[in-house]
Amino acid sequence: MLHIHCPYCEEYREEEEFSVVGEAHIIRPLAPEELTDQEWASYLFFRKNPRGLHHEMWAHSHGCRKFFNMTRHTVTYQILETYKMGQQPSITTEDTK
Amino acid sequence: MSNSARVESPLEHADFAGLAALKINGGVILREAKLLGHLNLRGNANDPDFLKGVKSALDLDLPLAPCSSAQNANTTIMWLSPDEWLVIVDGVTEAAIEGKLRQSLRGHFAVSDISGAQTMLEISGKDCLQLLQKSIGYDLHLDSFPINKVIGTALAKSSAHIRRTGEYNFQLIIRRSFADYIWLWLQQSSKEYGLSVTL
Amino acid sequence: MKQINRVDNGGRINRHKTLVFTFNNKTYQGFEGDTLASALLANGVDVVGRSFKYSRPRGIVTADAQEPNAIFQVGSSQATTIPNPRATQTELYKNLECHSTNGWPNVDFDLMGTVGKIGGAAMPPGFYYKTFMFPQSMWMSYEKIIRKGAGLGCSPQLPDPDSYDKLHHHCDVMIVGAGPAGLSAALSAARAGARVIIADEQNELGGSLLCTRQLLDGQAAQVWIDKTISELAQNKNVILLPRSTVFGYFDHNYIGINERRSDHLGEVDHNGTRQRLHKVRAKQVILATGAHERPLVYGNNDVPGCMLASAVSTYINRYGVVPGKTLALMTTNDYAYKAALDWHDAGRKVALIVDTRASSDGDMVKEAMQRGINIVFGHAIIDVKGSKRVKSVEVAKLNDSADKVLGSSVNYVCDTVASSGGWSPVIHLSSHTGSRPVWRDDIQGFVPGETVQAQHVCGGLQGVYNLSQTLKDGFSCGAVAAQEACKGHGNDHDDDLNVVPQIDELSESASMALFHIPHFKPTSRAPKQFVDYQNDVTAAGIEMANREGFESIEHVKRYTALGFGTDQGKLGNINGMAVTAKSLGKTIPETGTTIFRPMYTPVTFGALAGSDVKQLFDPARFTAMHSWHLAQGAEFEDVGQWKRPWYFPQPGETMQQSLQRECLATRNSVGILDASTLGKIDIQGKDAREFLNRIYTNPWSQLAPGRCRYGVMCKEDGMVFDDGVTSCIDDNRFLMTTTTGGAPGVLAWLELWHQTEWPELEVYFSTVTDHWATMTISGPNSRKVLEKITSADVSNEAFPYMGWIPAEVAGVKARIFRISFTGELSFEINVQANYGLHTWEAVIAAGEEFNITPYGTETMHILRAEKGFIIIGQDTDGSVTPQDLDMNWVVGKKKEFSYLGKRSWTRIDNQRSDRKQLVGLKPKDPNFVLPEGAQIVFEKGQAIPMTMVGHVTSSYFSACLGYSFALAVVKGGIDRKGQSVFLPLADGTTVEAEICSSVFYDPKGERQNV
Repeated sequence: MLHIHCPYCEEYREEEEFSVVGEAHIIRPLAPEELTDQEWASYLFFRKNPRGLHHEMWAHSHGCRKFFNMTRHTVTYQILETYKMGQQPSITTEDTK
Repeated sequence: MSNSARVESPLEHADFAGLAALKINGGVILREAKLLGHLNLRGNANDPDFLKGVKSALDLDLPLAPCSSAQNANTTIMWLSPDEWLVIVDGVTEAAIEGKLRQSLRGHFAVSDISGAQTMLEISGKDCLQLLQKSIGYDLHLDSFPINKVIGTALAKSSAHIRRTGEYNFQLIIRRSFADYIWLWLQQSSKEYGLSVTL
Repeated sequence: MKQINRVDNGGRINRHKTLVFTFNNKTYQGFEGDTLASALLANGVDVVGRSFKYSRPRGIVTADAQEPNAIFQVGSSQATTIPNPRATQTELYKNLECHSTNGWPNVDFDLMGTVGKIGGAAMPPGFYYKTFMFPQSMWMSYEKIIRKGAGLGCSPQLPDPDSYDKLHHHCDVMIVGAGPAGLSAALSAARAGARVIIADEQNELGGSLLCTRQLLDGQAAQVWIDKTISELAQNKNVILLPRSTVFGYFDHNYIGINERRSDHLGEVDHNGTRQRLHKVRAKQVILATGAHERPLVYGNNDVPGCMLASAVSTYINRYGVVPGKTLALMTTNDYAYKAALDWHDAGRKVALIVDTRASSDGDMVKEAMQRGINIVFGHAIIDVKGSKRVKSVEVAKLNDSADKVLGSSVNYVCDTVASSGGWSPVIHLSSHTGSRPVWRDDIQGFVPGETVQAQHVCGGLQGVYNLSQTLKDGFSCGAVAAQEACKGHGNDHDDDLNVVPQIDELSESASMALFHIPHFKPTSRAPKQFVDYQNDVTAAGIEMANREGFESIEHVKRYTALGFGTDQGKLGNINGMAVTAKSLGKTIPETGTTIFRPMYTPVTFGALAGSDVKQLFDPARFTAMHSWHLAQGAEFEDVGQWKRPWYFPQPGETMQQSLQRECLATRNSVGILDASTLGKIDIQGKDAREFLNRIYTNPWSQLAPGRCRYGVMCKEDGMVFDDGVTSCIDDNRFLMTTTTGGAPGVLAWLELWHQTEWPELEVYFSTVTDHWATMTISGPNSRKVLEKITSADVSNEAFPYMGWIPAEVAGVKARIFRISFTGELSFEINVQANYGLHTWEAVIAAGEEFNITPYGTETMHILRAEKGFIIIGQDTDGSVTPQDLDMNWVVGKKKEFSYLGKRSWTRIDNQRSDRKQLVGLKPKDPNFVLPEGAQIVFEKGQAIPMTMVGHVTSSYFSACLGYSFALAVVKGGIDRKGQSVFLPLADGTTVEAEICSSVFYDPKGERQNV
C-alpha cells in the first residue's frame, strides 16, 4: 500500500483513493494523419518498463478526481515526487535522490 | 413542484423515524440530513470575478484552501478539488440558488443540481471515531483532520466526502445509489458500540 | 486425570481454573494460561503429528511461532474449525477440540509410516517430482493420495459464525514486539509525546522478561513490566495490542496486524469481533522482534522429546511444565545452560550437558557445575535412540574443527534432548519490504539490511542479547524514532526518565559457530538429521541437492522444499544454508541469503475478509424505484454493481412466457423500463461542443438546443468502447448518457483528455447519474399515457423524434427525451431522483387503461436486438471498430479535428476485408435459439480444429417476429448476407443459420417516428 502525496489536495493519502493510469508524458501527436503506421503504433502501444525511476500518471479517483504525475522507483517503490499535470519532473536520474 | 408530489430520500426504506422511536442509547449516533439542496459548482479559483460572483450569490467566500469548507446560516461550501465545490443549501431552495449563481457568474463556470444524487449523513457519539476508523483510511486525529476540513475518500468499498464539524461530529456526503450499501456498512460497523438514530 | 509433567508451583497459569479439552478425541485437562502445547506436554503427550513425507512421529519442538510439528485442526464443528494453527500459539480454552493435522489414519499407527521407514533412501528430495510427475495425466490422482497421506488441514465446510473487521490507524511510532526492547522503546517514544502503537503476538506483553531469571533493580521482572504497562496504558497516545501478530510490513511503513480478540475465549457467542485486522500507517517503525533459538542438526533429532533449549525453559518457567523426566542438553553457547538449571531446579534429573565447545567459564556454566550437573565439553550428541519418545542419546567427541567425531560414542539414558545452536534474529518483517538481510559473523546470524523504509531495529533483532543493553537500546531507539516522527512538535521531555534498571548481568563465554553435528558415517548414510521438520528435509537431502547441481540456496529450497511448510522455514532455513555452505565449502553469506515474505504466521481468510462479506462483499446499487420492483416480484440482474429488474414474472409464468408478454405488450401497447442506471454526465462550458467533436466519432457542431443525437466513442486504437445519446441543453451545455457499466469509465475518460491534453478547452464535467430517476415508456400508446400526466404538448409536430423538452410530469419538474432503444414510439422521463418513485407510480396509474407493462433488461435486450441496436460489451469486445459494426453513418468524415480513434482505422490491420463484422443470423430452425458465444464456421464437417470465423453475440426468440434470431460477428460477414454458416455446438450437433441484415424489425424505422 503506497502512501501518495496528492499535489492538488496537498497531503498524503492512502493508495486505495488512487488509480494508476500508466506512463506519464505521452503526448498525443498534433497531426495523427501525418504519421506513418509505425509512428502511430509507437504512440499507441509502446511503453517504457524501466528498472529504477519511472514517471507515471495517477488519478486521485476517490478524492479530487485530478490527474497528476509521479516519479517512482520501480524497485524500492519509493515515490520521489508527485507533480501537477503540465509540470515536468524535477528528478530524472537516480543520482539526484 | 406541486404539493402532491411525494419526495423520498435515498434511505426512505430504512425507516429512520421508526428507528429513532426506539431511543437506543448507542455509542454512535446517526442522523440523515435528508432532502437538502446539493449544487456542484465548477470555476476558476484564480478568476477574481468568479470569486466575487460566488460571494454575491451565496453571501459566503469560496473556500480556496485544499480540503477546506465555509459555512453560514443557510449555506455550506465544501472544497472538492481546485476547481470544484459542493454547495449545500436548504432543500427546495436549490433551484433558486442555482439561478442566482448563474446570474452572478460570468465566463467559464458550471453549476449542476445534484440534489437527487446524494444525501448527507451526520455521525456523532463517543464511538464515532472508531466507526470511521473501520470505514476510511484517513487519519482522524484533530491535527490532521481539524474541524471544518473536508476530504474525499474511499469509504469501505464506496466513496464519500467527509466533513468534520466537531471533535465527535462528522458529515458524510454519499451517493444515492450507494446509500443502502453504506447504511448496511454503518450498521454492521457500529454493532459493538450500539447505534442510535435521531431525526 | 493427572497432568504428570506439571510441577507443583510456578508458572503464569491459573491453577484454580481447570480447562478440559480434547486432542484426537481423548480428553485432557490444562489450566487457564496454558497454550495447547503446554497443556499437552503437561499431560505427557509425546506424539502430536506425523511428518509430511516420511510420516515419522513428531512431538512439540518449540514454544513459539517456529513450531513445525504441533499444527492442529482446531475447532469443534465444520463452521468453526481452523486448519493448522500452531499449538504453541493457541491459548487453551474450555472444551477446546483439536486433532492432528497430518497423520492418516492416526498418529500412533500410520500406513505411510511404513513407506517412510523402508523408504529412507527411496524417498530422496525431489521424490515427488521424479516419481509421480510422469505420466503427467496421472499427477492429479497421485497428488490426491499424497495430500491425503500428508494432510495439510481441512478448510471449514460451513459459514463462519463469527464476525471480523478492520481498523485503520495512523501513528508516529509503530513498535513490533513488546519484549524488553519494544517496551523500553514504547516508553521513551511515548514520553516524547509520540502517538505510539505497540503490538505483540503473545497474550501477555513482556516477551523474554516473562520467563527471565534476572532481577531488575533487585526485583522480579514482572514489577518492571507492570510499571511499564501501566504508564503506557494511561497515555492516551499509546495503543497496546497484545494477542496481535504483525504479519506484514508493506511499502511506505504500512503495517498489517492480526489481533485475536476472542479466540482464547473459545467457541462462544461473543457478539463481537473475533479477529481484527489493524492497518497501520506509521511515520516510523521500530522492529523489536527479538531472536529465535536455532536447534542443532543431529541424528534422529526429530524423535519426540527433542526440543529447543529455550522452549524447555519457557515450559518450565511460564507454564509450570517440565516436559520429561531426564534431560540431555546439547549447546554451543552459555545461554542454553538456563534450560538445564531450570530443569534441575524443578526437581528433575539432568543426565548431562554436552557442550560442543572446548570449555567455558561463564557464570551459568559455573552454576551448573555447582549443582553437580555432569558437563562434557568438546562433545556432541550424534544420535538419538527411540521412536515415539527419546530413550537415550549417543555422545561422541568432536575434533577441533567440529566436522568429525572421534573415538566411539557413549550412550546416556534420557527422555528429553534440548539443543541450542545459538540465536537467529527475527528478520522476517524487515525482509517483507525487499530489504536483504546481512550476515554477521560475530553473532552468527542475519540481521536486517539496508532499507528504504523509516525503520529502526533494536534489541535481539540486531544481536543485542544482554538485557541491560537491550533496554538501553530500546530507550534510545524509541527516542530517536519519536524525534524523527514528530519533527519538533513532540513534548519537551526529559531523557533522564529513561533509566535502565540495575541488572546483574551474567558473564558469558563466546559461543561456537556450529549448525550440523557430524556422525561417524557420512551424512548420506548417517541417521536422518532433520533440518526442516515439516517438510522432512534432511542434511543428507540438502547435500544430495548440492551434488545434483542445485547450489543457489533458492534452488536448494525449491528442490528440497526447505522452508516451504506452514512455518515458512523459521526453524530450519539458517541450518539449511549452513549445511549447503558446508557441503559447497562456502560461507553462509556466500550461499545467499534468506528472504521471508508475508505472512509472518498464517492469517485466517476470515480476518483478511473482515466485514466485507455476504451483503457487504460488493456494494449493491439501487435506483429510486427499487422498492416498487421488489413489490412487483421482479427478478433482478446484476449490471455492474446495479441491481436492475431482469423481468417481471407473473404467478405461474416461465421466464420465456414473461418475456413474450413483456415484448408483445411493448410492441402493441406500452411498456415501462427503469432506465435510471444509465450514466449521465452534465457537460458545461463554451467548448463543450468542440470537446464532443473530439471524443465522439460523429459530428456535434450542428446539434441544436432541444435536440438529441446518438454517438459512439472509440479508444485511440479505433475500437468502440461506449455509446449513448447526448442532448443539447443549450449552446454551452450538453447532457451525455453512457452505458450503465461504462459510466465511471467514461467520466474518467473525459477528464483524462481534458486535464492532460486539452486543458485549454473551457468545459466542465459533472456526474449526474444518481440525480435523475429515468423511466422509459415505449410503445404505440406511450404518448397517450404521457398526455394524461403532463400538460406539455407532446405531439409529433411539437415534440419530434430525437428531441427533448422540459415539462412537468405528475406535478414534478422533468426532462422528457424522445429517444428510443426499442424502435417504438418512446419517451424517456427524467425527474430528480427523490421524486422518482412518485413519478413512476403516477405513470403506472396513468398507463393502467393501456395495460402498461413493466419490463426488465431481458425484454429491453430482445427489443433492441430486433432493431439491430448494439449493446457495448455484449456485441462488442474492445476489438470492434464502427466499420466492423456496419455503422459508417456514425463516423464523421469532415470533422476538422482528428478525433479519438480516427487515425487507427487506417492501420493495415483495421483495413482487412476479413475482419469480424456484425451481422444478423437466422437459424434454419425458427424455434432454435442459438447459444450466445457459439462459434461459427463456414463449412460443416471440418476436422477439429475447425476454422472458426466468428461467434454469436446476442441470441433470442422473438415473440414479435415469431422466430428465433441472433446477432453475430462473422469474418467478412457484411458481404456474405444470404449465405449459410454452421454452428458446431457443445453437444456435438451442428446447426445451420443464414447471414442476414442485423435489423429484423421495422427496417425503415417508422414506428419510432410517429
